[in-house]
Amino acid sequence: MCLGVPGKIIEIYETGGLSMGKVDFGGVIRETCLAYVPEAQVGDYTIIHVGFALNLISEEEALETLDLLRQIGELSALPGAEGEAS
Amino acid sequence: MKYLTEYRDAGLVHTLVDEIRRTVKRNWVVMEICGGQTHAIMRYGLDQLLPPEIELVHGPGCPVCVTSLELIDKALEIASQPGVIFTSYGDMLRVPGSGRDLFSVRASGGDVRVVYSPLDAIKIAQLNPDKQVVFFAIGFETTAPANAMSVIQAEALGLKNYSVLVSHVRVPPAMHAILGSPENRVQAFMAAGHVCAVMGYWEYPPIAHQYKVPIVVTGFEPVDILQGLLLSIRQLETGRFETENGYPRVVTFEGNRPAQDVLQRVFQECDRKWRGIGLIPASGWQLRSEYAHLDAETRFSVDQIQPEESPICISGQVLQGVKKPLQCPAFGGLCTPEHPLGATMVSSEGACAAYYHYGREAYG
Repeated sequence: MCLGVPGKIIEIYETGGLSMGKVDFGGVIRETCLAYVPEAQVGDYTIIHVGFALNLISEEEALETLDLLRQIGELSALPGAEGEAS
Repeated sequence: MKYLTEYRDAGLVHTLVDEIRRTVKRNWVVMEICGGQTHAIMRYGLDQLLPPEIELVHGPGCPVCVTSLELIDKALEIASQPGVIFTSYGDMLRVPGSGRDLFSVRASGGDVRVVYSPLDAIKIAQLNPDKQVVFFAIGFETTAPANAMSVIQAEALGLKNYSVLVSHVRVPPAMHAILGSPENRVQAFMAAGHVCAVMGYWEYPPIAHQYKVPIVVTGFEPVDILQGLLLSIRQLETGRFETENGYPRVVTFEGNRPAQDVLQRVFQECDRKWRGIGLIPASGWQLRSEYAHLDAETRFSVDQIQPEESPICISGQVLQGVKKPLQCPAFGGLCTPEHPLGATMVSSEGACAAYYHYGREAYG
């Protein structure tokens, strides 16, 4: 129920006083309410839940997380890593 | 798809599983709060990759599961009335009340419609001025801002034929209820990432300190879940009980302020009954008095229903992490997703339904 799907904002407009937008989910485009992400710009990625953008996705944080995880992989591949850890 | 593919990467999954194996020394019980996380764990078989020291128990974060029988019965009664269009997220249609579900109300001629967003319910109300349109506003903090916005829109548009049946629940009071129970087994929480996208995680450090449990904000993809678990296990093995953010691309400490402002404007805290668990003080949201005229419970006078639950079902203990689905005598026999006896078999995100769908009975 709380699933949120990432998508890219491709258009922003206003309908009935609400900030709305078109969001591209890997080829499928849906209308989305952007009222809770007033800072959103075309090209931003966001997490959508029941037709509302919950938050913008931080590319910087995403890259940092992936870098950290890759470092774990590289460190554990070093000789002796198993012994040190246990 | 960006922000999905990289978090389903098999190489990263194995890196994380290896790191968890290296880190864990003792036995730990970790709860994932959200039903979406439970579903992902079962779907990707993450539980089967973990070392035997780690037991995952499944939390109450499935709004479809925990919506009280009383409210379901109210929904059924309202949806059966002539002149009503009852709108709901699709997940709720199969949820059994005391006797039937919304599907059977529709089969008997009730106008029950599935909506993707509460704003769709608003459109239906605009297009059908001669009908009463009721929206079943269920959900945790993730869904509440969307539902709250429909209330504000209904007011702004002057819609006289729109009302909401509110069943909102909140995560932190449920964590208190779980941790405060004498039966509690949970030693660390993977907090629900999208609840935190809205609310931030400023509510969690006092809980982590009071009960000495690590709380790690966790996402929904396999890599996210294993990362949340690794951070939890690192804390447990080093005796820490901090609140950490394992989902920083989506979640900030403060959360989404515009959404929190709208929640404050539309809702106020209330005691709420959770299906299978019972009453949890201050665990829900209800409409503020300014919006009471949009409350379907008063508009349709259905506030005197007293339903009864199945005596066999152990969903309350499953929802609190005290028991696992396979410990229930009814699992897979008397109780299946087609004929659920209780909360956790009802939604595909319920722990029992997830075990059933992904064949966990074979592994015991």
